[in-house]
Amino acid sequence: MSAAVRTRIFSPDTTDRVASLLLWASAIATVLILLSIIGTIVYRGIGVIDISFLLDSPRMSGAEGGIFPAIVGTLCLVAVAILTAGPVGVGAAVYLTEYAPDNGVTHMITFGVECLAGIPSIVIGLFGYAFLVVYLGFGFSILSGGLALMFMILPWTVRASEEAIKTVSGDLKEGSVALGATKWQTIRQVVLPSALPGITTGVILGTGKAIGETAVIMYTAGSSLLLPESIFEPVRALPYHLYILASEGISDDMAYGSAAVLLGMVLLINFTAVTIQRYYQARSGLRH
Amino acid sequence: MTRQTRERMIEALLFASAVTAVVIVLLIMVFLFKEGAPFLIRYGIHTFCLGMEWNPIAMDGEPSYGIFPMIVGSVYIAAGSLVLAVPLGLGCAVFLVEIAPPWAQALIRRGIELLVGIPSVVLGFFGLVLLVPLIRESAGGFGFSILAGSVILAIMALPHIISISADAITAVPETYKQASLALGATRWHTIRNVILPAARSGIAAAVILGMGNSIGETMAVLMVTGNTPILPEPLYDVLDPVRTLTANIVIEMNYAAPGDHREALFATGIVLFVMVAILNAISHRVLKSRMEAGR
Repeated sequence: MSAAVRTRIFSPDTTDRVASLLLWASAIATVLILLSIIGTIVYRGIGVIDISFLLDSPRMSGAEGGIFPAIVGTLCLVAVAILTAGPVGVGAAVYLTEYAPDNGVTHMITFGVECLAGIPSIVIGLFGYAFLVVYLGFGFSILSGGLALMFMILPWTVRASEEAIKTVSGDLKEGSVALGATKWQTIRQVVLPSALPGITTGVILGTGKAIGETAVIMYTAGSSLLLPESIFEPVRALPYHLYILASEGISDDMAYGSAAVLLGMVLLINFTAVTIQRYYQARSGLRH
Repeated sequence: MTRQTRERMIEALLFASAVTAVVIVLLIMVFLFKEGAPFLIRYGIHTFCLGMEWNPIAMDGEPSYGIFPMIVGSVYIAAGSLVLAVPLGLGCAVFLVEIAPPWAQALIRRGIELLVGIPSVVLGFFGLVLLVPLIRESAGGFGFSILAGSVILAIMALPHIISISADAITAVPETYKQASLALGATRWHTIRNVILPAARSGIAAAVILGMGNSIGETMAVLMVTGNTPILPEPLYDVLDPVRTLTANIVIEMNYAAPGDHREALFATGIVLFVMVAILNAISHRVLKSRMEAGR
């Protein structure tokens, strides 16, 4: 009804023009929001970042000094998460794409992966605290925090690897089997190498997610600002450090610097992943 | 080892990796309920979920554990974020698929990839240093508010809403569009009366999924909403502070003593888990029926 009334007031051409103007505006607004966030953080943070900020330990609870232990802490946590989620995720993806029969168990597995992806990060953090820190006795440590992060990124590595494996052409596999290779030989020497760029992209994107995650590691990795000597020691990850600096009002400058470093790490990682993906897509595009 | 046993062992190993996700989900449920359910039963699900007062360390008298204001807070902020993000995201998706010249398409796709990658704590920090003072100075009040939380969550939801809606719009058959244009409809009439209705269920799934994600979001909300565990007064005042379920857990886990208080936080986790699970299930149902209808 309202459409009919409106067309009587404005000609269809005018409505069309106004509408596309609004659509352009929504796109421009989206890009502006993004630019204002990245712009603010980089503009205010870049002045704080220098060698001593990156390589010194914090002094006076972070009001002065640098963020070195937090960077080390983040890298340790992410390393544990990726080294566990990577193999398990790829294994799960190989099973689901190459072996899984179409039955109840398989449906349950896919459903489980979906469920895990939907669980809020703070719930995973609570679970990590109850299960890893207390029940298994790992305490606040790199191990607890890294495994909790692994729970969070596992579904993403499974999905990305599945997608990558599905794109491997059936001809390649049939050729390999026809030559007398067993199923596993085919997977290891034909399927996985061709799927590798896609899998790598997925795992790198998982790293990007893990680096910025805070709620999962707050109550599993601890908040120590000392350099860890083993994976059984606590660390404070960079995003948690940023949270403490900002929410306790310790230092705006240090917070901007930490935010810029964190943002830089995540964007660099995501950029790498996308570049790898584009490079291989372009190459396989040429081949066909 | 014969070839066959080797193949079998490898299959078993791969199966074990595949089952890991299921095992983790089950463990999460077991531990969440083990820690939280006894308290829920003891205290009463009803009094817990509908209780108006959250006062776990009462100096005089009985502590009270009512999370109703936080359930309202979570839903309020998530709904507010969708009110902001859906029109903008939908507009952006339509633009992306139907109108954008190639350079603008590339720019927006790149932009979405960047936006997804921004850690929630960085967004929360951005909200804390820019948005909260802005609201305080321009609209008055405390600054830490439902409005601030909704805006930050809207920014987080935006890339997901854009990409899922863009997929749904792309999936509308080209023939529908051509038929509409051939009948003399303008491009906008085609978008409004043909393309958007045909993409409706996909967009609905995106919105419900966005709601689930927003309710589960922690850090960004925590840093900008003020975290007072009481209902906004009056209820429509978006400049009032609120506390979400997620924030309740993060803030109090730090000092909650073992016993009722800590168990009440696990029980908050159960409520959160159930709410998000219901929303995700609805979203999957919508997407699935859409796929089946497509076949």
